[in-house]
Amino acid sequence: MSKIGIIVAREFNERVRKKSFIITTILMPVLMLGMMAAPTLMMLFAKGEQKQLVVLDESGVIAPQLTGDEEILFTPMDCALESARADESIFGVLWIGADIVENPNNVKLYTNSSSSMSLESNISSQMERVIEQERLKRYEIENLEQIIKDVEANVTLTTYRNDMQSEGEDEEATSSSVAYLLGLVLGMMLYMFLLIYGSMVMTSVIEEKGSRVLDVLVSSVKPFDLMMGKILGVASVAVTQIAIWAVLVCGLSAAVLPSLMPEDVMQTIEAVEAGTMTSAEAGIDADMLSAVSLATDPMRLVMMFVWLLLFLVGGFLFYSAMFAAVGSAVDSVQDANQLQTPITVPIILALILAMSVFNDPSSPLAFWGSVIPFTSPVVMMARIPFGIPTWEIILSLVLLYISVAAMAWVAGKIYRVGVFMHGKKPSFKELMSWIRQ
Amino acid sequence: MDILKIENVTKRYTGHTALDDVSLAVPEGSIYGLLGPNGAGKSTLIRVVNRITLPDAGRVLFRGKPITDEDIYNIGYLPEERGLYKKMKVGEQAIFFARLKGLSRREAVARLKQWFIRFEIQDWWNRPVEDLSKGMAQKVQFITTVLHQPKLLIFDEPFSGFDPINANILKQEIMRLRDEGATVIFSTHNMSSVEEICDHITLINKSHNILSGSTDEVRRRFGENLFEVVYGGEKATLVAELSSLAEVLDESEVADTPYHSLRIRLNDDSTVRECIARANSAVELRSFREVIPSMNDIFIRAVEGKL
Repeated sequence: MSKIGIIVAREFNERVRKKSFIITTILMPVLMLGMMAAPTLMMLFAKGEQKQLVVLDESGVIAPQLTGDEEILFTPMDCALESARADESIFGVLWIGADIVENPNNVKLYTNSSSSMSLESNISSQMERVIEQERLKRYEIENLEQIIKDVEANVTLTTYRNDMQSEGEDEEATSSSVAYLLGLVLGMMLYMFLLIYGSMVMTSVIEEKGSRVLDVLVSSVKPFDLMMGKILGVASVAVTQIAIWAVLVCGLSAAVLPSLMPEDVMQTIEAVEAGTMTSAEAGIDADMLSAVSLATDPMRLVMMFVWLLLFLVGGFLFYSAMFAAVGSAVDSVQDANQLQTPITVPIILALILAMSVFNDPSSPLAFWGSVIPFTSPVVMMARIPFGIPTWEIILSLVLLYISVAAMAWVAGKIYRVGVFMHGKKPSFKELMSWIRQ
Repeated sequence: MDILKIENVTKRYTGHTALDDVSLAVPEGSIYGLLGPNGAGKSTLIRVVNRITLPDAGRVLFRGKPITDEDIYNIGYLPEERGLYKKMKVGEQAIFFARLKGLSRREAVARLKQWFIRFEIQDWWNRPVEDLSKGMAQKVQFITTVLHQPKLLIFDEPFSGFDPINANILKQEIMRLRDEGATVIFSTHNMSSVEEICDHITLINKSHNILSGSTDEVRRRFGENLFEVVYGGEKATLVAELSSLAEVLDESEVADTPYHSLRIRLNDDSTVRECIARANSAVELRSFREVIPSMNDIFIRAVEGKL
């Protein structure tokens, strides 16, 4: 085994055996699922007890038509306002004036405790509906209910991409909101991996330098090999983690999701996918449809993970070479802060660019952001779910990997000087002079 | 044959010169001591040999040819600042370093087992390094340096951090390595270790090589014809008898005995035999021996410029 191989193996074994690695690898998907389920859970827990609201309707039109739900129970009563307000056991009193249809503002809500936005909008929207109906009735139009039912419309937009069609295949419905969500997750993931694993390389170089293991190592390994060994070792840990997640996610979605979905929905989706039915006919949401069809299509998921891995590895090699160079130049993590800034700023910039990509994935800004190596890994991962030409992805990858080689060369120069420098923290100017040596 | 030759090496750092025109030659199969006070340039010289720093002038020859990176990776180097991965297990770590030196895993394990038994640290194989005392960690470090049986070994301050007992074990091992055919270079300011085990020394002070040679030769050169006479009888008689042969330096009583001691420096043209004969006739002679300066004395005298 080559010396780099031995170093990569050590780095890999050392990290993969750590408890923290095993825990995050298993917990992260659980956490992500949890985050997706959080809004539902929050709604579930946010619901309080059913509130009782006494309705004093002097017009007699509204009260019978108010319908309660888990949140609120409407109790029409016929008593004086004062005596109803005196009752503290109920949530409150809704007083409706006799001329409510003509004067919709003549309504008052008295509550014993704070009311909520959702409650108030619930009441007013119900009342609006009743009042509108009452007003319509006054026009005395025949078959009014039928007319209204016929007039009602509900728009479901289905988008087809002209540039994404291939011969002999049916048009594929795309969904911007699914692409947005996926782009967000992928972009964020890249961003986090670059920062977390990149600074992991830096801290571990600083530790090796501080504990003087480096002094021992350089007597048997070239500094450049040492640096590359460390970077590749950490990269292999990152790839392992992503691969485990990929298997977990693909496995879960391909095996578990179809059996979890209601059978008729799955059948409909299959029918739509087979082209025998359009989503409009099926009457289900296009977003939902494309999300489910993506989640249950392992090929597309696998392709996504392949791109993810390529950009992750390229971006990681590019940035961690810089992180390693900074780590080699300083004696402590505190000293690294200042020198680290030119590395972290482009990563953060990449995330900001990725966010702006969602508005227009084919803008020149998005294109250049996803081609220039400093920002390309994060921005490109955010763009890919929107469906972009393959040549752009290939171009971005080629540029990225060329830059990786250049960056490794530069970092190697700094590294081989830096690891033997103890004491004074070098300035940028000194780092530059090391490169020229 | 000289395994290593350093020719006119100069190394300057901003502000000071660490090595100024230093030359020396290390004979194959010897134990070579690099002596000198702190900051003299010993470690810099070792780093130049290891190509960690490149000299501004001069060159380093290994077996007669300019030294290359490949040569470096085949020598055993124990740096002054030593470190091990704290979280890694001792055995695993030793295997890691051995494999970097080109040993197969199987070979490394076999040799390591022997060394661990020799140093009586076999119980530590599965313990993390952070549990080890400093001395133990040093032993592990020493083992990883010599495990691949290099022809040339360079130790920078190998005895620092060892108690006398373990320092002694280390000396034995260094001599054994020499006897098995290796050449050992080490730097130290521990003079007693030099007297016992070094075949050759070089004394470096203020970036200069101020003294080189085999240990015996150096000590003889500093011998100065000093002798100590222990006797019973009249001092005046003895002094009178010896006055034509030697210069009398000082006298002292030998504690708990009726004898006296006298230090003399022989004149260049007088012989020890004649001296003993004269002394024997004058007083009751108990002992007559040459006073050889210790390495420590030579070291201090050389450094203070009293050459």
